[in-house]
Amino acid sequence: MSPLVIEGLRKRFGQGASAREVVAGLDLRLSPGECFALLGPNGAGKTTTLRCALGLTTPSAGRIQLCGRPVPREARAARERVGVVPQMDNLDPDFTCAENLRIYGRYFGLGDAALEARIPDLLAFASLEGKADTKVPALSGGMKRRLTLARALVNQPELLVLDEPTTGLDPQARHLIWERLRRLASEGTTVLLTTHFMDEAERLASRLAIMDAGRILATGTPREVIAAHIEPQVVEVFGDWRGQGAPAWAAAHAQGVCRRFEVSGETAFCYAEDPAPLLAHLAGEPDLRYLHRPANLEDVFLKLTGRELRD
Amino acid sequence: MDSPVEIPSIWRLPRISWRFAAVWRRNFLVWRKLALPSTLGNLADPVIYMFGLGFGIGALVPEVGGVSYIAFLAAGTLCYSAMNSATFEVLYSGFSRMHVQKTWEAIMNAPVELDDIVFAELVWAASKALLSGLAVLAVVGAFGLAQSWQALWIIPLIFLASLAFAGLGLIMTALAPNYDFFMYYFTLFITPMTLLSGVFFPAEQLPPGLAAVAAWLPLTHAVVLARPILLGGEIPSPVLHLAALAGYGVVGFWLALALTRRRLMK
Repeated sequence: MSPLVIEGLRKRFGQGASAREVVAGLDLRLSPGECFALLGPNGAGKTTTLRCALGLTTPSAGRIQLCGRPVPREARAARERVGVVPQMDNLDPDFTCAENLRIYGRYFGLGDAALEARIPDLLAFASLEGKADTKVPALSGGMKRRLTLARALVNQPELLVLDEPTTGLDPQARHLIWERLRRLASEGTTVLLTTHFMDEAERLASRLAIMDAGRILATGTPREVIAAHIEPQVVEVFGDWRGQGAPAWAAAHAQGVCRRFEVSGETAFCYAEDPAPLLAHLAGEPDLRYLHRPANLEDVFLKLTGRELRD
Repeated sequence: MDSPVEIPSIWRLPRISWRFAAVWRRNFLVWRKLALPSTLGNLADPVIYMFGLGFGIGALVPEVGGVSYIAFLAAGTLCYSAMNSATFEVLYSGFSRMHVQKTWEAIMNAPVELDDIVFAELVWAASKALLSGLAVLAVVGAFGLAQSWQALWIIPLIFLASLAFAGLGLIMTALAPNYDFFMYYFTLFITPMTLLSGVFFPAEQLPPGLAAVAAWLPLTHAVVLARPILLGGEIPSPVLHLAALAGYGVVGFWLALALTRRRLMK
């Protein structure tokens, strides 16, 4: 059984002329045990999609089934089997780490004996063994995030939902979270996460979807998405060209030596199946500098969602 | 496929499960960590007023309604301290949990509904008001200001009145953009009500226009019941006053829940 099925999801805010459609016809089906990343820029509708899936807001249209139950009608029962790591930490600052886990477990109707047995394991999973009696305000950002992850596992969920789990963390803390999420997925927990970090999606996700403006633009394994949506080789060209920048060079020559190019600021991004003609051309332009690399998810993301800022 | 979903009305009946008790317990556990300073804080203010005014004005006014002025003040003090305690809890602490700490959001990710949370806040605020009310009652009893064991009926009354004040306060919490907003509620509602509801002087002293307003205030209903319970004597139309307090609680809670649903579930 799929832990989460979403069909034709739409969510509008406001009415009449000021209405905005934040989710505009979204389909999603998770396979048990997979790690699925929902990738999109700020305002793409990722968080709203999660809120709908958890029954925290009523969709304008569509059908949602969470852990086999229709949502929002049976959302409460469905959430018994789901763990959630929210975008902003909302741990209880008045309590210690162990108390946070104990009190959260009670919201699932778990008994104290079961919780006492489980809390040391949860703290160990979060690498917070020595912190059982430490109050939340004394924890670092990474520790808070790990405690939030441990809290989301208090009910041994079938599906773990994480909204931007590593935003604001340092590399060490991110790697620890990734390692833990991989471990959970390998043990059979289905993981659904949103992110705008390409490396996070590429490292963690068995499948991903790129979404923008409330729609899914591409979906598949990271390799499939790259193969289907972009040329395999990228050459980033920058530096000086006859007293002008790389954009002037691109306007004059790029068309002839690569399949497609984009200009962003002072850099020209050239995409090609075979970069040899482009590299040969660049060998004759000593003032231009370049970086040749295989195409990655970020290239697909920027191609599909555009390069303009999202504020 | 594009199946439209019926958006449930924010005015639908509350759906409350026993999980509300886990939320109540969470609030109780926070309180327990600071129980002594919290109770002393809630005790000091009303008791200082009671003794200050009781002895000071009591020296000028030998008797009010057949009892010493301080005995007259005792019942009003109990009600007004319960009102303040319940109101502060749902306004400031409730707003912290809802808006600042996002505690409600965390709880809603568990199998607990918003209805459970708002109900837990209502009952918790009344419980806390009762806890501090018991401390005031102990002082009142220790100074011989209660007439008999019948005075213990004041305990359920304090709880019911606190539910009413908590319900009304939760409406403000649901509407508040920030903490400053609550000043309006205190200045425009709580403070005038304290002065009009027979806490410090008999409400019959008021000019007819004000008396008519005062008769509708929840604190008036609480004080009218509390004074004969504490001092003995006949309770005038108890059913009416109990029903009025319950009504304020039910309507306040229902309206607050609708506004909170609109705020958080959109």
